[in-house]
Amino acid sequence: MINYIWSFLILIGLVIGSINGNIVSMSDSILASSKEAIELCILMFGVVGLWSGIMNVAVSLGIITKLQSLLSPFLSFLFPNLKSTKAREYISTNITANILGLGWASTPSGLKAMEELQKENPFPDTASNEMCSFLILNISSLQLIPISIIAYRSQYGSVHPANIILPGIIATCCSTLTAIIYIKWKDRHT
Amino acid sequence: MISYIANLILPFLIFSIVLYGILKRKDMYDPFLKGVADGFRIVAEVAPTLIALFFAIQIFRSSGALDLLVRFLAPAASFLQIPTEVLPVIFAKLFSSSAATGFLLDIFKTSGPDSAAGFLSSVILSSTETCFYIMSVYYSSVHIRKTRHTLRGALLATFAGIAASVILCRVFYS
Repeated sequence: MINYIWSFLILIGLVIGSINGNIVSMSDSILASSKEAIELCILMFGVVGLWSGIMNVAVSLGIITKLQSLLSPFLSFLFPNLKSTKAREYISTNITANILGLGWASTPSGLKAMEELQKENPFPDTASNEMCSFLILNISSLQLIPISIIAYRSQYGSVHPANIILPGIIATCCSTLTAIIYIKWKDRHT
Repeated sequence: MISYIANLILPFLIFSIVLYGILKRKDMYDPFLKGVADGFRIVAEVAPTLIALFFAIQIFRSSGALDLLVRFLAPAASFLQIPTEVLPVIFAKLFSSSAATGFLLDIFKTSGPDSAAGFLSSVILSSTETCFYIMSVYYSSVHIRKTRHTLRGALLATFAGIAASVILCRVFYS
Protein backbone atom coordinates (compact mmCIF):
# COMPACT_ATOMS: atom_id res chain seq x y z
CA MET A 1 0.00 0.00 0.00
CA ILE A 2 2.67 2.48 1.03
CA ASN A 3 4.46 1.62 -2.21
CA TYR A 4 1.60 3.12 -4.24
CA ILE A 5 1.11 6.14 -2.01
CA TRP A 6 4.84 6.88 -2.09
CA SER A 7 5.22 6.60 -5.86
CA PHE A 8 1.95 8.49 -6.40
CA LEU A 9 3.20 11.41 -4.28
CA ILE A 10 6.50 11.57 -6.18
CA LEU A 11 5.08 11.22 -9.70
CA ILE A 12 2.12 13.56 -9.24
CA GLY A 13 4.41 16.04 -7.46
CA LEU A 14 6.96 16.08 -10.25
CA VAL A 15 4.32 16.39 -12.99
CA ILE A 16 2.46 19.22 -11.26
CA GLY A 17 5.74 20.87 -10.32
CA SER A 18 6.85 21.04 -13.93
CA ILE A 19 3.45 22.39 -15.01
CA ASN A 20 3.66 25.05 -12.29
CA GLY A 21 7.26 25.86 -13.19
CA ASN A 22 8.48 24.98 -9.68
CA ILE A 23 10.79 22.21 -10.80
CA VAL A 24 14.08 24.11 -10.29
CA SER A 25 13.29 25.48 -6.86
CA MET A 26 12.10 22.01 -5.82
CA SER A 27 15.55 20.42 -5.89
CA ASP A 28 16.80 22.44 -2.89
CA SER A 29 13.89 21.48 -0.71
CA ILE A 30 14.15 17.82 -1.75
CA LEU A 31 17.71 17.65 -0.42
CA ALA A 32 16.76 19.56 2.71
CA SER A 33 14.05 16.99 3.46
CA SER A 34 16.57 14.25 4.26
CA LYS A 35 18.38 16.52 6.70
CA GLU A 36 15.10 17.24 8.47
CA ALA A 37 14.23 13.55 8.67
CA ILE A 38 17.52 12.78 10.41
CA GLU A 39 17.17 15.71 12.81
CA LEU A 40 13.82 14.30 13.79
CA CYS A 41 15.32 10.84 14.31
CA ILE A 42 17.92 12.24 16.70
CA LEU A 43 15.18 13.66 18.90
CA MET A 44 13.25 10.40 18.65
CA PHE A 45 16.25 8.42 19.91
CA GLY A 46 15.82 10.39 23.11
CA VAL A 47 12.06 10.34 23.55
CA VAL A 48 11.29 6.87 22.22
CA GLY A 49 14.34 5.45 24.04
CA LEU A 50 13.18 6.98 27.31
CA TRP A 51 9.62 5.76 26.86
CA SER A 52 10.50 2.21 25.98
CA GLY A 53 12.87 2.24 28.97
CA ILE A 54 9.95 3.13 31.25
CA MET A 55 7.71 0.57 29.56
CA ASN A 56 10.33 -2.11 29.96
CA VAL A 57 10.46 -1.33 33.68
CA ALA A 58 6.68 -1.78 33.75
CA VAL A 59 7.02 -5.11 31.92
CA SER A 60 9.73 -6.34 34.32
CA LEU A 61 7.55 -5.42 37.32
CA GLY A 62 4.82 -7.70 35.99
CA ILE A 63 2.41 -4.86 35.28
CA ILE A 64 1.57 -6.40 31.88
CA THR A 65 0.48 -9.68 33.48
CA LYS A 66 -1.59 -7.68 35.99
CA LEU A 67 -3.31 -5.79 33.19
CA GLN A 68 -4.00 -9.04 31.40
CA SER A 69 -5.81 -10.49 34.40
CA LEU A 70 -7.81 -7.25 34.67
CA LEU A 71 -8.80 -7.70 31.03
CA SER A 72 -10.05 -11.24 31.54
CA PRO A 73 -13.73 -10.53 32.42
CA PHE A 74 -13.79 -7.99 29.63
CA LEU A 75 -12.64 -10.65 27.16
CA SER A 76 -15.31 -13.10 28.28
CA PHE A 77 -17.86 -10.37 27.61
CA LEU A 78 -16.49 -9.57 24.13
CA PHE A 79 -15.79 -13.15 23.03
CA PRO A 80 -18.50 -15.24 24.73
CA ASN A 81 -18.12 -18.20 22.36
CA LEU A 82 -14.35 -18.36 22.34
CA LYS A 83 -13.11 -21.73 23.62
CA SER A 84 -9.40 -21.75 22.85
CA THR A 85 -7.40 -20.53 25.86
CA LYS A 86 -4.38 -19.91 23.63
CA ALA A 87 -6.38 -17.52 21.47
CA ARG A 88 -7.56 -15.71 24.61
CA GLU A 89 -3.99 -15.34 25.79
CA TYR A 90 -2.77 -13.94 22.50
CA ILE A 91 -5.72 -11.58 22.23
CA SER A 92 -5.10 -10.24 25.72
CA THR A 93 -1.37 -9.81 25.04
CA ASN A 94 -2.24 -7.97 21.84
CA ILE A 95 -4.73 -5.66 23.56
CA THR A 96 -2.36 -4.90 26.45
CA ALA A 97 0.52 -4.19 24.07
CA ASN A 98 -1.70 -1.87 22.06
CA ILE A 99 -2.89 -0.01 25.15
CA LEU A 100 0.70 0.60 26.26
CA GLY A 101 1.89 1.44 22.76
CA LEU A 102 4.33 -1.48 22.58
CA GLY A 103 4.14 -1.84 18.81
CA TRP A 104 6.78 -4.57 18.63
CA ALA A 105 4.73 -6.82 20.92
CA SER A 106 1.32 -6.20 19.41
CA THR A 107 1.66 -7.41 15.81
CA PRO A 108 3.24 -10.83 16.54
CA SER A 109 0.66 -11.63 19.22
CA GLY A 110 -2.13 -10.38 16.96
CA LEU A 111 -1.06 -12.67 14.13
CA LYS A 112 -0.80 -15.60 16.57
CA ALA A 113 -4.31 -14.82 17.80
CA MET A 114 -5.62 -14.92 14.22
CA GLU A 115 -3.91 -18.28 13.71
CA GLU A 116 -5.61 -19.70 16.81
CA LEU A 117 -8.98 -18.24 15.85
CA GLN A 118 -8.63 -19.80 12.41
CA LYS A 119 -8.33 -23.26 14.03
CA GLU A 120 -11.83 -22.83 15.48
CA ASN A 121 -13.25 -21.38 12.30
CA PRO A 122 -15.69 -23.72 10.50
CA PHE A 123 -15.33 -21.81 7.19
CA PRO A 124 -11.61 -21.26 6.53
CA ASP A 125 -12.07 -18.61 3.82
CA THR A 126 -14.64 -16.56 5.77
CA ALA A 127 -13.96 -14.48 8.88
CA SER A 128 -15.54 -15.84 12.06
CA ASN A 129 -17.45 -13.58 14.46
CA GLU A 130 -14.47 -13.64 16.83
CA MET A 131 -12.11 -12.54 14.07
CA CYS A 132 -14.36 -9.67 13.07
CA SER A 133 -14.69 -8.58 16.70
CA PHE A 134 -10.97 -8.83 17.34
CA LEU A 135 -10.00 -6.79 14.28
CA ILE A 136 -12.69 -4.14 14.77
CA LEU A 137 -11.50 -3.73 18.35
CA ASN A 138 -7.88 -3.59 17.22
CA ILE A 139 -8.59 -1.01 14.51
CA SER A 140 -10.65 1.13 16.89
CA SER A 141 -7.27 2.09 18.42
CA LEU A 142 -6.47 1.27 22.01
CA GLN A 143 -3.26 3.21 22.55
CA LEU A 144 -3.30 5.49 25.58
CA ILE A 145 -0.05 7.49 25.29
CA PRO A 146 0.87 8.36 21.69
CA ILE A 147 4.55 8.80 22.48
CA SER A 148 5.89 9.27 18.95
CA ILE A 149 3.36 12.01 18.19
CA ILE A 150 4.41 13.74 21.41
CA ALA A 151 8.02 13.46 20.24
CA TYR A 152 7.19 14.97 16.86
CA ARG A 153 5.32 17.82 18.54
CA SER A 154 8.24 18.62 20.78
CA GLN A 155 10.66 18.57 17.83
CA TYR A 156 8.56 21.18 16.02
CA GLY A 157 8.48 23.50 19.01
CA SER A 158 5.15 22.78 20.68
CA VAL A 159 4.77 24.65 23.98
CA HIS A 160 3.00 21.68 25.59
CA PRO A 161 3.76 18.61 23.45
CA ALA A 162 1.87 16.32 25.87
CA ASN A 163 -1.37 18.29 25.99
CA ILE A 164 -2.88 16.00 23.33
CA ILE A 165 -2.85 13.04 25.76
CA LEU A 166 -6.16 13.76 27.44
CA PRO A 167 -8.26 14.50 24.32
CA GLY A 168 -6.46 11.56 22.68
CA ILE A 169 -7.49 9.18 25.47
CA ILE A 170 -11.09 10.38 25.40
CA ALA A 171 -11.29 10.08 21.59
CA THR A 172 -9.73 6.60 21.78
CA CYS A 173 -12.35 5.59 24.37
CA CYS A 174 -15.13 6.90 22.09
CA SER A 175 -13.94 4.89 19.10
CA THR A 176 -13.38 1.75 21.17
CA LEU A 177 -16.78 2.10 22.81
CA THR A 178 -18.38 2.44 19.37
CA ALA A 179 -16.51 -0.69 18.30
CA ILE A 180 -17.77 -2.63 21.34
CA ILE A 181 -21.38 -1.56 20.82
CA TYR A 182 -21.19 -2.52 17.16
CA ILE A 183 -19.61 -5.90 17.96
CA LYS A 184 -22.26 -6.75 20.55
CA TRP A 185 -25.04 -5.63 18.24
CA LYS A 186 -23.66 -7.76 15.41
CA ASP A 187 -23.28 -10.78 17.70
CA ARG A 188 -26.94 -10.58 18.52
CA HIS A 189 -28.07 -10.17 14.92
CA THR A 190 -26.18 -12.94 13.16
CA MET B 1 -6.60 24.00 33.91
CA ILE B 2 -7.36 21.19 31.47
CA SER B 3 -3.91 21.46 29.93
CA TYR B 4 -2.43 21.43 33.45
CA ILE B 5 -4.14 18.11 34.19
CA ALA B 6 -3.10 16.74 30.80
CA ASN B 7 0.51 17.56 31.53
CA LEU B 8 0.28 15.69 34.84
CA ILE B 9 -0.61 12.36 33.21
CA LEU B 10 2.92 11.47 32.10
CA PRO B 11 4.75 12.39 35.35
CA PHE B 12 2.04 10.62 37.36
CA LEU B 13 2.35 7.46 35.29
CA ILE B 14 6.14 7.41 35.71
CA PHE B 15 5.86 8.12 39.45
CA SER B 16 3.44 5.24 40.01
CA ILE B 17 5.58 2.77 38.08
CA VAL B 18 8.76 3.68 39.97
CA LEU B 19 6.96 3.75 43.34
CA TYR B 20 5.45 0.34 42.65
CA GLY B 21 8.91 -1.01 41.77
CA ILE B 22 10.49 0.43 44.94
CA LEU B 23 7.73 -1.05 47.11
CA LYS B 24 8.23 -4.43 45.47
CA ARG B 25 12.02 -4.06 45.87
CA LYS B 26 12.64 -4.95 42.24
CA ASP B 27 15.63 -3.91 40.14
CA MET B 28 14.47 -1.22 37.74
CA TYR B 29 17.66 0.34 36.48
CA ASP B 30 18.82 -2.55 34.28
CA PRO B 31 15.39 -3.14 32.69
CA PHE B 32 15.28 0.59 32.00
CA LEU B 33 18.61 0.50 30.17
CA LYS B 34 17.53 -2.55 28.20
CA GLY B 35 14.30 -0.81 27.25
CA VAL B 36 16.16 2.27 26.05
CA ALA B 37 18.33 0.07 23.84
CA ASP B 38 15.15 -1.54 22.41
CA GLY B 39 13.77 1.94 21.76
CA PHE B 40 16.93 2.88 19.85
CA ARG B 41 16.41 -0.16 17.66
CA ILE B 42 12.82 0.92 16.93
CA VAL B 43 13.96 4.41 15.90
CA ALA B 44 16.71 2.98 13.73
CA GLU B 45 14.07 0.90 11.98
CA VAL B 46 11.82 3.93 11.49
CA ALA B 47 14.59 6.21 10.19
CA PRO B 48 14.61 4.96 6.56
CA THR B 49 10.81 5.35 6.43
CA LEU B 50 11.07 8.92 7.63
CA ILE B 51 13.60 9.80 4.95
CA ALA B 52 11.46 8.14 2.28
CA LEU B 53 8.34 10.02 3.34
CA PHE B 54 9.88 13.40 3.99
CA PHE B 55 11.33 13.16 0.52
CA ALA B 56 8.07 12.17 -1.22
CA ILE B 57 5.90 14.63 0.69
CA GLN B 58 8.41 17.42 0.16
CA ILE B 59 8.12 16.85 -3.60
CA PHE B 60 4.35 16.71 -3.35
CA ARG B 61 4.20 19.95 -1.38
CA SER B 62 6.88 22.09 -3.01
CA SER B 63 5.44 21.29 -6.45
CA GLY B 64 2.16 22.89 -5.43
CA ALA B 65 0.30 19.55 -5.66
CA LEU B 66 -0.60 19.54 -1.96
CA ASP B 67 -2.06 23.05 -2.30
CA LEU B 68 -4.18 21.85 -5.21
CA LEU B 69 -5.38 18.85 -3.22
CA VAL B 70 -6.16 21.03 -0.20
CA ARG B 71 -8.05 23.53 -2.37
CA PHE B 72 -9.99 20.65 -3.90
CA LEU B 73 -10.89 19.35 -0.43
CA ALA B 74 -11.74 22.77 1.00
CA PRO B 75 -15.55 22.56 0.52
CA ALA B 76 -15.68 19.23 2.37
CA ALA B 77 -13.55 20.63 5.18
CA SER B 78 -15.62 23.76 5.58
CA PHE B 79 -18.73 21.58 5.64
CA LEU B 80 -17.20 19.55 8.48
CA GLN B 81 -15.80 22.72 10.06
CA ILE B 82 -12.25 21.43 10.31
CA PRO B 83 -8.98 22.90 8.94
CA THR B 84 -8.54 21.64 5.36
CA GLU B 85 -4.94 20.44 5.85
CA VAL B 86 -6.24 17.78 8.25
CA LEU B 87 -8.12 15.89 5.51
CA PRO B 88 -5.03 14.41 3.79
CA VAL B 89 -3.86 13.20 7.22
CA ILE B 90 -7.16 11.44 7.86
CA PHE B 91 -7.29 9.90 4.41
CA ALA B 92 -3.68 8.68 4.54
CA LYS B 93 -4.18 7.19 8.01
CA LEU B 94 -6.71 4.67 6.71
CA PHE B 95 -4.01 3.12 4.52
CA SER B 96 -0.64 3.82 6.03
CA SER B 97 0.49 5.10 9.37
CA SER B 98 3.78 6.40 8.00
CA ALA B 99 2.15 8.35 5.15
CA ALA B 100 -0.18 9.97 7.70
CA THR B 101 2.83 10.84 9.86
CA GLY B 102 4.41 12.48 6.81
CA PHE B 103 1.39 14.74 6.32
CA LEU B 104 1.21 15.44 10.05
CA LEU B 105 4.83 16.58 10.10
CA ASP B 106 4.17 18.73 7.07
CA ILE B 107 1.44 20.53 9.01
CA PHE B 108 3.82 20.90 11.98
CA LYS B 109 6.37 22.49 9.65
CA THR B 110 4.00 24.88 7.93
CA SER B 111 1.48 25.80 10.64
CA GLY B 112 3.16 24.50 13.82
CA PRO B 113 2.12 21.72 16.22
CA ASP B 114 0.14 24.15 18.37
CA SER B 115 -2.00 25.42 15.49
CA ALA B 116 -5.61 24.26 15.25
CA ALA B 117 -4.73 21.92 12.37
CA GLY B 118 -1.63 20.61 14.16
CA PHE B 119 -3.53 19.94 17.38
CA LEU B 120 -6.48 18.26 15.69
CA SER B 121 -4.38 16.00 13.49
CA SER B 122 -2.25 14.98 16.50
CA VAL B 123 -5.39 13.91 18.37
CA ILE B 124 -6.83 12.12 15.32
CA LEU B 125 -3.63 10.19 14.72
CA SER B 126 -3.47 9.12 18.35
CA SER B 127 -7.04 7.81 18.34
CA THR B 128 -7.25 5.96 15.00
CA GLU B 129 -5.55 2.98 13.40
CA THR B 130 -4.59 2.07 9.84
CA CYS B 131 -7.83 0.29 9.01
CA PHE B 132 -7.06 -1.18 5.57
CA TYR B 133 -3.47 -2.04 6.42
CA ILE B 134 -4.31 -4.01 9.57
CA MET B 135 -7.15 -5.84 7.84
CA SER B 136 -4.99 -6.89 4.91
CA VAL B 137 -2.06 -8.02 7.08
CA TYR B 138 -4.15 -9.94 9.61
CA TYR B 139 -6.60 -11.55 7.21
CA SER B 140 -4.07 -12.47 4.56
CA SER B 141 -1.92 -14.17 7.22
CA VAL B 142 -4.68 -16.79 7.66
CA HIS B 143 -5.91 -16.73 4.03
CA ILE B 144 -9.32 -15.25 4.69
CA ARG B 145 -11.03 -13.65 1.72
CA LYS B 146 -14.53 -12.92 3.00
CA THR B 147 -14.17 -10.37 5.76
CA ARG B 148 -17.93 -9.94 6.46
CA HIS B 149 -18.73 -6.96 8.69
CA THR B 150 -15.13 -6.20 9.72
CA LEU B 151 -14.68 -3.22 7.40
CA ARG B 152 -18.02 -1.65 8.30
CA GLY B 153 -17.32 -1.96 12.02
CA ALA B 154 -13.75 -0.76 11.68
CA LEU B 155 -14.71 2.30 9.63
CA LEU B 156 -17.54 3.08 12.03
CA ALA B 157 -15.12 3.01 14.98
CA THR B 158 -12.58 5.08 13.07
CA PHE B 159 -15.15 7.76 12.20
CA ALA B 160 -16.37 7.80 15.79
CA GLY B 161 -12.76 8.48 16.83
CA ILE B 162 -12.40 11.27 14.27
CA ALA B 163 -15.73 12.87 15.20
CA ALA B 164 -14.81 12.71 18.89
CA SER B 165 -11.42 14.29 18.11
CA VAL B 166 -13.04 17.17 16.23
CA ILE B 167 -15.46 17.88 19.07
CA LEU B 168 -12.80 17.47 21.77
CA CYS B 169 -10.43 19.83 20.00
CA ARG B 170 -13.07 22.54 20.16
CA VAL B 171 -13.12 22.02 23.93
CA PHE B 172 -9.40 21.56 24.58
CA TYR B 173 -7.91 23.84 21.97
CA SER B 174 -7.88 27.38 23.19
